[in-house]
Amino acid sequence: MVWFSSPSDATTRLGEVGYLADPATATTAFLAGALEKPLLVEGPAGVGKTELAKAVSRATGADLVRLQCYEGLDEARALYEWNYKKQLLRIQAANDGQAWEETHDDIFSEEFLLTRPLLTAIRRSEPTVLLIDEVDKTDVEVEGLLLEVLSDFQVTIPELGTVAATRRPFVVLTSNASRELSEAVKRRCLYLHLDYPDTERERAIVTSQVPDLDDKVATQLVSAVARLRDLELKKAPSIAETVDWARTLLALHIDDLDAMAIDDTLGVVLKHASDTDRAVRELKLR
Amino acid sequence: MTLLDRHIAFLEALRAAGMPVSLSEDLDAVAALGLVGWGERQQVHDTYAATLLKRQSQRETFDEYFEIYFPRMVGEGVARADAAQDQPAVRDSAADLAAFTEELADALEADDLERLRQLASEAVGRFGAMPGRGPGMSSWSAYTTLRRLSTDELTLKLIEGLRRIGWGEEAAVRAASTRVGSYQQMVEADARRRIAEEKGPDQIARITVRPTIDRLDFLSARRVDLEALRREIYPLARRLATRLTQEKHARRRGALDMRRTVRASIGTGGVPLTTHHRPKRPHRTELVILCDVSGSVANFASFTLMLVFALREQLGKVRAFTFVDDIHEVTDHFAPGADLVDTMTRLADATSHAARFGRTNYGRAFARFLEDHPDALGPKSSLLILGDARSNYSDLSLPTLRRMREAARHAWWLNPEARRSWDTGDSAASDYAAVVPMVECRNLTQLTEFVHDIL
Repeated sequence: MVWFSSPSDATTRLGEVGYLADPATATTAFLAGALEKPLLVEGPAGVGKTELAKAVSRATGADLVRLQCYEGLDEARALYEWNYKKQLLRIQAANDGQAWEETHDDIFSEEFLLTRPLLTAIRRSEPTVLLIDEVDKTDVEVEGLLLEVLSDFQVTIPELGTVAATRRPFVVLTSNASRELSEAVKRRCLYLHLDYPDTERERAIVTSQVPDLDDKVATQLVSAVARLRDLELKKAPSIAETVDWARTLLALHIDDLDAMAIDDTLGVVLKHASDTDRAVRELKLR
Repeated sequence: MTLLDRHIAFLEALRAAGMPVSLSEDLDAVAALGLVGWGERQQVHDTYAATLLKRQSQRETFDEYFEIYFPRMVGEGVARADAAQDQPAVRDSAADLAAFTEELADALEADDLERLRQLASEAVGRFGAMPGRGPGMSSWSAYTTLRRLSTDELTLKLIEGLRRIGWGEEAAVRAASTRVGSYQQMVEADARRRIAEEKGPDQIARITVRPTIDRLDFLSARRVDLEALRREIYPLARRLATRLTQEKHARRRGALDMRRTVRASIGTGGVPLTTHHRPKRPHRTELVILCDVSGSVANFASFTLMLVFALREQLGKVRAFTFVDDIHEVTDHFAPGADLVDTMTRLADATSHAARFGRTNYGRAFARFLEDHPDALGPKSSLLILGDARSNYSDLSLPTLRRMREAARHAWWLNPEARRSWDTGDSAASDYAAVVPMVECRNLTQLTEFVHDIL
């Protein structure tokens, strides 16, 4: 399947489903589809890493299979598991005449296999986007598990043999870089760093997400956020928070974002007390 | 030079700069370029970035190398070369300069990036040429160019202009300095491009490109670098904390808990199928840090302090002291959750308390430490000394340091100087190293490794 025919095609089609991609994102998304390589997306929280995968699935009409990573994620939750209870029932239900060999072959078959996201994504014959979210939260061992899936798009199940992908999924891995991923995983992926957008693009994002917002307020909002990001805060406001802020302003019927209005609604974008103090002081709000 | 040669030379340069670019990435890049094509420079750049880059800290180095190996244009560019046909060869007079400055001011006010880039290239071409004695000896200077254009005046003019069209004072100042700053970078980049064209890219790549921020020497950091380093502290502390927690979890199991194991075995007919273990008691290090805050090593000391305090949850108790020739406790400056920039400023202000005569004197500082804070060091605490061991040829008080070493459980000395310059001049590195193990710690990578190992 051809995911995108060119970088500019990626820009337009992602734009149509409401994801405004910058040139680097569009080019990389195009390459990930064309080279059939997984795409590793890094960047601060709330810049649209997960959203990129969702947008690709919407734009191409593919289904999204999602694997949310967390500490303690293991093979049974990520790849596949045998349905023990059903296997037990099968053994008990078998009549005495049946030989063990037959039963053995029987209980390790497709029927008793519970597929988890990674295996599901590989076995699907329809176009699929596989999202492996927050891959940096997993233990190092899980990365080893991912290697076979990411490089050859196949999973080896000892009892069944190797299951190879009938149709390679579009794989997106996201990471907050709270841990360095191993070189082996990185080598198999295309790399994209998503950062806070420039003011023009951010304004476009805000107006597309919150269409009712007044143009003047949108401009003020985006420049205020840009200033906040310059302040060396502990947690700089993300795009998601900018959009939240826009919604707040809309709900409060604020049509001029002056110092007073910023001060009143600052809690929407800044989540640390020291950050708020600093912003109040630097922007001279009080 | 063919396209392939250029590609390979580019990769070689990246490898030389310490980026791990493997053969498979090389092949990926070529395959990807085959799909994207060489039509648009930005796309070529993004394609290389997607296939070769593996972490964001390498981005700056990568961009600089890309500029050198795949320049925006050659010489004056095609459009300019046509226009220059009917103009005199030397276009560098006072009147020319005035006209050019006028044009530049307009472009800066409009914030037209494409135009500014053109003007940067023109500026270097017209005002930055340094004719050499023979062919191949001529060069280009960004410094001369910027001096001729007098950027300070440009900034002032731009502020005025922005104020006239209704900008606020503060906003205008900020916008003006960023715009002029980025113009300066454009000029520097263009000078590099021209030099690379003349001398070949390989040579320029070796000389002009700076190391990535995590490999940059603390002692040679510029003001901009310091800000970038400061931004790195929290992400770094978070990464380090994650790594430490994970490693702790891996060796979480302590001694066998007999009672619980036997109780659990009742459920399985007295056979202990699962064993239960006591959780390991978390071992918390108490840290006492002594920092030399004189002159050039001050930056290094404050970075280490910030990193240690950002990791406070991992530590039991931290006490920090600064010294030049007197000792001063600064633990109070690190309130939990405090703002980083404020803390740095307060720390810098507190330096005056740590100095009496203002000349570094390690011996005196150690003696005063034992005098004023005899209770600071105990059998549970670890001592960490930060400094370059340059004591202005004064008394080293080795016995005092030995007493401190004996009072503490562990002791380390971090020296921000390269190992080869230890013991040169007034450095007493090996004398002190005989008492307290001394570790070279020149950049963020080394610092992170060290902090990870002691926790």
